Amino acid sequence: MEPILKEVQDAGLGQSLLREVIRLADRFKEKYGHPPAYMEVCGSHTHALARTGIKRALKDHVRLISGPGCPVCVTDQKTIDAMIALTEGENRIICTFGDMLRIPGSKGSLLKAKTEGKDIRVVYSPSDSVRIAKENPDNEVIFLGVGFETTIPVLGIALKEAWEDGVKNFSMWVTTKLVEPVVRYLLDSGEAKLDGFLLPGHVSVVLGKNQYSYLVDEYGVPGVISGFEMNEMLSSIYLLIELGLKEEAKIINNYKSVVKDEGNPQALTIMETFFTPNDEAWRGIGVIPKSGLDIREEYRSLNAKIRFPVTVGEPIKTKCRCGEIIRGLVGPEDCPLFGKACTPMKPIGPCMVSSEGSCSAHYKYLRE
Amino acid sequence: MCVGVPAKVLERDEFTAKVDVLGSQMTVGILLVPDVQVGDYVLVHAGQALQIVDEMFAVVSIEEWRKLVDGTHS
Repeated sequence: MEPILKEVQDAGLGQSLLREVIRLADRFKEKYGHPPAYMEVCGSHTHALARTGIKRALKDHVRLISGPGCPVCVTDQKTIDAMIALTEGENRIICTFGDMLRIPGSKGSLLKAKTEGKDIRVVYSPSDSVRIAKENPDNEVIFLGVGFETTIPVLGIALKEAWEDGVKNFSMWVTTKLVEPVVRYLLDSGEAKLDGFLLPGHVSVVLGKNQYSYLVDEYGVPGVISGFEMNEMLSSIYLLIELGLKEEAKIINNYKSVVKDEGNPQALTIMETFFTPNDEAWRGIGVIPKSGLDIREEYRSLNAKIRFPVTVGEPIKTKCRCGEIIRGLVGPEDCPLFGKACTPMKPIGPCMVSSEGSCSAHYKYLRE
Repeated sequence: MCVGVPAKVLERDEFTAKVDVLGSQMTVGILLVPDVQVGDYVLVHAGQALQIVDEMFAVVSIEEWRKLVDGTHS
C-alpha cells in the first residue's frame, strides 16, 4: 500500500498531469469561449485543492468552484444556535466532532459554553459518545450528529449500539445533509454556470457510482468521482475537461479502489433502518425539501430534538457571505469581512471556522 | 469532514478490528465491511471501517494516469 500511496502523491507525475490539464483547458476555452468551470461538493476536496496548490496553479485556466460540501458551513445559523442552547440543560454531556466547537452562534459558541463550565466533549467517533453515556448513567449524553452521507452510516451505528444495549441516557441531535438534493437545487436554480462536478470520493463510497445517473439523464452534466491526493484530483479534472471537449456527459469513477458502482450496501441499509428523509435548512439557501435525514419515529427515544426541544429566536444578521460562497456565486474575497473582521483566528462565518470551508482554505493557501 | 484514512487490519473479531494507521494502532468498527480479512487495507472514517481498499484498482488507476501524460490514453 505504501508504494501505491507514494505514486498517488508523486510530484513528477503531478507536474506532468498539471501541464496536460492546462493544455486541455486552454483547448476547451478556445472551443467554447470560456474556461471550464467545475464545482466540488466536498469540503475535503476544497481543502485538498487549495493545500496541494492545484487551485492556485489552475486559476487562469480552470474555474474550480467550492460548492456546499462542508457540513459545518452549510449548517444554518438557527440550527447552530439551537445546538448551543442545548448545552443549557442540567446534567448534560454534549459530545461533538471537533469541527463544531468554534462555529459562532448568535450568542457565543460551543467552545465558549465549554469555557463557561459546560460539559462538552470532542469525540473521534459517535460510538465514543455511547460509551460515555454508559459510563455516566446520571447524565444525559447528547451527540451532535452533523454530516453528509459519509458520516450518516457511522451515526447510524452509534444509534444501533445505543438501541441494542438499551442505553436510556443517550440521544442524538441530527442535522444531516444529502448531496443529491442540493446539487439538484444548484442545477435547477441555474445560478452557478457549471461544466461538471468533481464528485465527492468518500460520499461516493457509501452511495456508489450509480446514484449519480440523474446528473447525466436529467441535466446532461458530467461528473468524475475523485480521491483526495494530488494526482487523483488532477487526473479527475483532466477527465472532466476531456468529457467536455468530446461533448459527452457521463459519470466516471476515478476512485475505483474504494468506490463501487452499487456503493456500500451495509452502509445504505444502516441509513435506511435508522433514518428517514427530512426537510433541512441550508445556510444561505433556506429549506430544501427532503435534503437531509432525521431519526425514524420508531427510534424517537434516541432523538434529542424530541427529548430536549429548544426554542431559539431569529439569528442576528451579519455581513458574512458564506451563503453565497457555498452556492458558487461569489468568492471569499468578495466578502467584506474576509481577512479583516473574519480570519481563522477570529471567524465570523462557518466557512472560515472549518478547515474545509472555502474561506479558511482561501485564507491559508490562496491569498494574493 | 468526510475524511477517510487507509489503515491495515492487524486483528479482527466479530464487530471490531485492530488496525494500523501510519504506525499508530487503533480499534475500529467493521459492521460496514463484514468480509474484511487480516492483511486487508480499509478506509477508516470516524471510528468505522467504511470500505475495503482494492489495491489492484489503485495500481490500475495510476497506470491510467500515466497514460494521460504520455499520450497513450484512449
